[in-house]
Amino acid sequence: MSIIDFFKKKPSSGNNAKSRLQLALVSDRTGCSPELMEKIKNDIIEVLKKYVEIDPNGLDINLTQTRSDDGVGSVPALYANIPIKEIRRHER
Amino acid sequence: MGEVIVVTSGKGGVGKTTTTANVGTGLAKLDKKVVLIDTDIGLRNLDVVLGLENRIVYNLVDVIEGNCRIKQALIKDKRYPNLYLLPSAQTRDKSAVTPEEMKLLCEQLKGEFDYIIMDCPAGIEQGFKNAIAGADRALVVTTPEVSAVRDADRIIGLLEANEMKKTELIVNRLRIDMVNRGDMMSSDDVVEILAIDLIGIVPDDEKIVVSTNNGEPLVGDESLAGQAYMNICRRIVGEDVPFLDLNAKKGFFARLFKKN
Repeated sequence: MSIIDFFKKKPSSGNNAKSRLQLALVSDRTGCSPELMEKIKNDIIEVLKKYVEIDPNGLDINLTQTRSDDGVGSVPALYANIPIKEIRRHER
Repeated sequence: MGEVIVVTSGKGGVGKTTTTANVGTGLAKLDKKVVLIDTDIGLRNLDVVLGLENRIVYNLVDVIEGNCRIKQALIKDKRYPNLYLLPSAQTRDKSAVTPEEMKLLCEQLKGEFDYIIMDCPAGIEQGFKNAIAGADRALVVTTPEVSAVRDADRIIGLLEANEMKKTELIVNRLRIDMVNRGDMMSSDDVVEILAIDLIGIVPDDEKIVVSTNNGEPLVGDESLAGQAYMNICRRIVGEDVPFLDLNAKKGFFARLFKKN
């Protein structure tokens, strides 16, 4: 923290560039837009709800890059951590 | 056994060729035996930046196709006894060479040179694949602009996918005055976003234009860019060199307001 930071608190174009880039790179790196990710997430929840009771607050679903099976290059992978509260015993 | 380094960026115009010329010349000044390879087939540029454009007889494609021996195509820079250039072909295109052929060429040169430095074309197509095929190490050049950083991120992903052993970042054309007033991303910002090791910060410097006009790389001279390039060279050979204080020239008050 230097003197210049103290006097200058208005948003700068440099910071704007940084935050715009960070957002753009999330979808670039996964090849998936935030909107599409949200849709996938909601559909997964809907399907799971039929069988188990899940904790929506502890939900973590994301796309990541992982090494492909043949060891050449990387492929996108869906990473999901879904806490289950209770498994529904009575199937309909 | 020599090390093969590819200088790449994704986006065009961020300073790959200038970086290749200066890093190559700087390593030669450090008494390393260096060959620079222009892999931008069809858009030959490294020769003019080095001031060697009048001495080309054979080129990269001639070597690959067996029209000449490697030694016949290498241009020796008379100013630096350890520096050689393998120029690109101007009348062919990227498909004249395959990644396998480039790999083989690198293996052959490794016995003879300490450093083999490839100037990669812009883009992520065939030319990029050719340039990285035989490389042990990549220098990713970017400027602190959204477009260049985004492309650099893509390139870093592709280098990882191709199992590049070492990938390091050069932030080029940094304007410290703009960074200080918040109108340009700092090198720290760029490093945070791209999450790879930083090997150099080169300030925007008019002297680069002059040096390119004259075909004389400025690495190692007293200019800030010249010092920055020499520092990169020394880090490449394994020395631990602190980063330049780009605010230093501005005097006492500028130092007071120093941000990074």
